[in-house]
Amino acid sequence: MITIENLSKTYGGTSVVRDISFKARPGRVTGFLGPNGAGKSTSMRMMVGLTTPTSGTATINERRFVDLPNPGREVGVMLDASAQHAGRTGRETLTIAQRMMGIPASRVAELLELVSLTATEADRRVGNYSLGMRQRLGIAAALIGDPQVLILDEPANGLDPAGIRWMRDLLRDYADHGGTVLLSSHLLNEIEIIADDIVMIGQGRIVCQGSKTELLQAAGTVVRSPDSERLHRALVAAGIAATESGDGAFRTGAGITEVGRAAHKAGVLLTELRASDSGGLEDMFLELTADTQRERTAA
Amino acid sequence: MTTITDEAVRARRTEIAQIPLSRVVSVELRKMFDTRAGFWLIASLAITGVFATIATIAFAPDQSLTYYTFAKAIGFPMTVILPMIALLSLTSEWSQRSGLTTFTYLPNRRRVVLAKTLSSVTVAVASMGLAFAAGAIGTVVGSHIAGTSTVWDLSLGHALTIVLGNLTCLLTGTMLGMLLRSSAGGLVTYFVITLLLPTLFGLLASTQDWFHDLRPWVDLSLARSSLFEGMHTGDQWAHLAVAVALWIVLPAAFGLRQVMRAEVK
Repeated sequence: MITIENLSKTYGGTSVVRDISFKARPGRVTGFLGPNGAGKSTSMRMMVGLTTPTSGTATINERRFVDLPNPGREVGVMLDASAQHAGRTGRETLTIAQRMMGIPASRVAELLELVSLTATEADRRVGNYSLGMRQRLGIAAALIGDPQVLILDEPANGLDPAGIRWMRDLLRDYADHGGTVLLSSHLLNEIEIIADDIVMIGQGRIVCQGSKTELLQAAGTVVRSPDSERLHRALVAAGIAATESGDGAFRTGAGITEVGRAAHKAGVLLTELRASDSGGLEDMFLELTADTQRERTAA
Repeated sequence: MTTITDEAVRARRTEIAQIPLSRVVSVELRKMFDTRAGFWLIASLAITGVFATIATIAFAPDQSLTYYTFAKAIGFPMTVILPMIALLSLTSEWSQRSGLTTFTYLPNRRRVVLAKTLSSVTVAVASMGLAFAAGAIGTVVGSHIAGTSTVWDLSLGHALTIVLGNLTCLLTGTMLGMLLRSSAGGLVTYFVITLLLPTLFGLLASTQDWFHDLRPWVDLSLARSSLFEGMHTGDQWAHLAVAVALWIVLPAAFGLRQVMRAEVK
């Protein structure tokens, strides 16, 4: 279980992470979703003590990461697969982890097999690895201590479709056996495929969180009028928050009936009114991130 | 699947023991050897030692083929290489970004730095031991070839001050590693400190009277040279203590503070 409470990080005058709170629960894969620069990596670094929070706390199984006696045995961490000494072989990288954690040497070979790195590949230097191979090595290093919690930053980056599928099955199985997984991504599809719970972050703020099922149901409405200004005024008058998408349509979290009634009341002609389809999460992702961007320009 | 244990196994592991310092030191020692660069850096200690022995036999005047000559010749390259080893063991965590994993395996950065310092000292002491042994062989072989008598002119006390001198070189590397956390910057600064600064101090001392008396207290390489030549007076120890405090202890304390606070990215 990962518990984040009111976590914030400010650099100089710039807020990178603003008062985020959420939980990643055992038995579930929690997807930490947000566009690049939303504060995902900073949040994750704060969880594992690499960055000191300005305020708030992050605990893993009720303890701060820095207070864990042997963190590798309780939390598997992969923040950047490329952050490995280029001159070490893959096998040596895992051996260092194994020795530091004080676990049997046989784990190295077990993990290499689990992540499908061959003996030849394992004896090559990490500097010669492809990004996909580094991700596999990073996953192996995260899992080697047999932890109950996994924190992975963009683990699917650089994996081919087969690799993404492999990762999904691996994490699914891990969670099904009671493990807690928190993984970040800026790609909605990945999160949609792997995660049970979703925490969406934009401009350092959590814009929405909940189970994937819940969030999918909550997908909103698309509405379009030749007179988009009047439509916008009508929506505002009815107290409906809406975002204008690039093609002149508005997207909103409000229901179809509510939107239709608002347009009717204002006498606005509609050319389109429907529930948003095509992976409602994507609409919401774009909408929510657009929302936070708008807030920033307004501020 | 092998990696995921069931609840029973997890419950068994309610108390996980703290990582002992000895384990961290042994891992850090391993990390000094397990890259090609690291391996050759440490191998170069032995290689330059052999060359120094051969060069001494070949070029030194016959009457000076004594143990001290050999020990000094073999020890000199170490004063250059050991600080680099100490420096790189620290800076590579930032330059190679491996600190991202190192500090998540062991979030207590003070212990990581301590372990790295201890492992550098271990390498230094071991290589000094080898240097003294190689020097002994050189002395026997050299005097045999030259047909002179074998002279053992290095006291235990002097040997110890030489080891101490080497350790101050090494710790300069550790200090710079903590302070700069960059391999390139650290190496450049190290050579500026060891090669350029003594010359500048020398120049300054010969032209400025006020600095002439101050120099022994602030010139670390001058203060250290008496460790290699042999400590004779209490003044020399006092000079050394002040220079070490100024050039190693103070900046290292500041560097450690930085390491504790710096964000690892």
